[in-house]
Amino acid sequence: MSYCKQEGKDRIIFVTKEDHETPSNAELIADDPDDPYEEQGLILPNGEINWNCPCLGGMASGPCGSQFKEAFSCFHYSQEEVKGSECLEQFRSMQECMQRYPDLYPQEEDKENPPSAESGGSPAADGSVLLSENDSSSVASPDSVSAADG
Amino acid sequence: MLTCRALWKKLAPLARASSTVCRQNVRRAGRTPLCVPVAHMSTGPVGGGGDNLKYALLVGAAFVGGLTYAVITVKGDQERHRERMAAIASRKQKSASQIHTEPLGELSPAAAPDAEAAAPTADSKPSLPSHAPYLLIGGGTASFAAARSIRARDPGAKVLIITDEPDLPYMRPPLSKELWFSDDPSVTETLRFKQWNGKERSIYFQPPSFYIDTEELRSAENGGVAVLTGRKVVHMDVRGNKVKLDDDMEISYDKCLIATGGVPRNLQVIERAGEEVMKRTTVFRKIDDFKSLDKVSRNTQSITIIGGGFLGSELACALGRRSTESGLEVIQMFPEKGNMGKVLPEYLSNWTTEKVKKEGVKVIREAVVKSVSYKDDKLEIKLKDGRVVRTDHIVAAVGLEPNVDLAKSAGLEVDSDFGGYRVNAELQARSNIWVAGDAACFYDIRLGRRRVEHHDHAVVSGRLAGENMTGANKPYWHQSMFWSDLGPDVGYEAIGIVDSSLPTVGVFAKATAKDTPKAATEESGTGIRSESETEETATSAVAPAAPAPVVEHRDEYGKGVIFYLREKVVVGIILWNVFNRMPIARKIIKDGEEHADLNEVAKLFNIHED
Repeated sequence: MSYCKQEGKDRIIFVTKEDHETPSNAELIADDPDDPYEEQGLILPNGEINWNCPCLGGMASGPCGSQFKEAFSCFHYSQEEVKGSECLEQFRSMQECMQRYPDLYPQEEDKENPPSAESGGSPAADGSVLLSENDSSSVASPDSVSAADG
Repeated sequence: MLTCRALWKKLAPLARASSTVCRQNVRRAGRTPLCVPVAHMSTGPVGGGGDNLKYALLVGAAFVGGLTYAVITVKGDQERHRERMAAIASRKQKSASQIHTEPLGELSPAAAPDAEAAAPTADSKPSLPSHAPYLLIGGGTASFAAARSIRARDPGAKVLIITDEPDLPYMRPPLSKELWFSDDPSVTETLRFKQWNGKERSIYFQPPSFYIDTEELRSAENGGVAVLTGRKVVHMDVRGNKVKLDDDMEISYDKCLIATGGVPRNLQVIERAGEEVMKRTTVFRKIDDFKSLDKVSRNTQSITIIGGGFLGSELACALGRRSTESGLEVIQMFPEKGNMGKVLPEYLSNWTTEKVKKEGVKVIREAVVKSVSYKDDKLEIKLKDGRVVRTDHIVAAVGLEPNVDLAKSAGLEVDSDFGGYRVNAELQARSNIWVAGDAACFYDIRLGRRRVEHHDHAVVSGRLAGENMTGANKPYWHQSMFWSDLGPDVGYEAIGIVDSSLPTVGVFAKATAKDTPKAATEESGTGIRSESETEETATSAVAPAAPAPVVEHRDEYGKGVIFYLREKVVVGIILWNVFNRMPIARKIIKDGEEHADLNEVAKLFNIHED
């Protein structure tokens, strides 16, 4: 049984598990997914990529930022049957850039998925590892990012 | 200046010479009004008029010759000087026009490498850019977050960070938490710490290779972030869009961010107590302060921390832990009734104080320092109520004074209630000037005007400022949060206005051994909680911790949620030993609704679950 005590202006309530089993009747205001003020996830309401998403870490802003943006944009907008298959060149140049900065972009060769030509090669897998960040502040769940495929 | 000097140098001997000649001439011509005794030279020409004329002509010619020579030399010097100035000016112009040819915004093309910049200058100083499209004053968390935001949104952006610290941007929370718990004896050098899941990271946001050299900023094809360390901006010219550094160097900007943070306060009684006391007092904020306090803690027998807020309590717990191994005496004193007395309601503050004591800290409550003196090789702290504490070293954790040094020269408003630069909801102070982090007193649409001194706020406001500097025009909306761990058993996350003077409603359940900060980080796999809310590298999935035996805490306030109310609306929430529920808390604050029964609201947090 829950009980309550008051210490001056402060109220203290103790509750058992059973007390909290019934669903809450507290009303929350429905969220507007297109609210421009809100922090957006990886994909903006208009379909574009949010380069400032915390989930990307420093990928879009580092020394290889422009290569990363090109590669990922190409992948994102790719309409090919095998998504991103026409983006090999961009991914290659991104990987080249990243190899020049090993302490910024650790070369985790063991962790990545077997490089498959279809999904755009290993950098995509690297990107997906970085994208599956457990960030409670981002709206989009990592799974909605199609780069997680393959 | 050069002209005058050279002129004078050249002319002086000639002037002297010619004046003597002149004088002699005049004498000879007999035009002197004064009765000057005629100097009869022993070898002077004595002769008739013809000789005189010849002599006069000779002297005259010499005079004219001398004068001509003087004029020619001086003119030549002037010419050389003018050429040199023109050369320097043209160099500056060439580089300035190089930068201005790049249009700002999303459509900037890559700039051709600047060959001029490669030419060595006559100065031995490294060449600095005279213009930075994005200038960030201050090299802390807010500044770094803004730099990242700018680079993400403006492709090829060139960002210059100016900091008076010697270090690249780093995160502050580990300085009073994780770094103290590290097993590595060289931690003061590496500044790396192992997180609960074994993953190690540095306190620096990025390694040095992330940044580009200040010399390269001008010519970098894809832009970049350059950091100028050890320099201070002392003057800001808002009309001219430029700043002046402490070495008189001037840098102009297009957009500027002021993220100067603050300077730790000290107690007046200590500042007036003389050099011996000041030598043995530390204020704590920077990497150097951490290094020196670490050293002190190994070489003294007693440390007293003055201050009962976040920093003071965290340091007390960190040092208290050390005390068990080294026999170090750790004392913490503050004027409030309990630790975090200005934040937690009294019952919780008392409970927390007991926990801090368990970490090995001698807590002295309701302590107001009257005087400090150096006696018999010890510091003697006299309190107003008569108590005396003798110790070897003092750490003053009594608040932060926001740095508004540039307010006067820049003509920026300073807030009288909260301190800091006054900015609007979009963090803008004036056109082209934004302020973020500890130094910003901003308008929060939901909670009103405030100034926040927490890490996540620095990240959130830095990001927002960066977005607005690249044209976003968004107000402060995403509420920042903060957290504190006081030892392994007590941890909380908080959001909004958490002021103990407000009426509160706390809803608690009994805690099990699984409800500790350690368990929370192991479970969520996010390593230190410095990361779980803010951006950083992703972590791979971590196997959940083996179920621990259920341990009943003797105390009642094991875990729960506390609501802070202002006119029946929840303006602040503390999640007490309850983790990973911040989005719900954020939502409740954002709604700003009046809730009749807060117990119902508390149900949303599932405090009984993990």
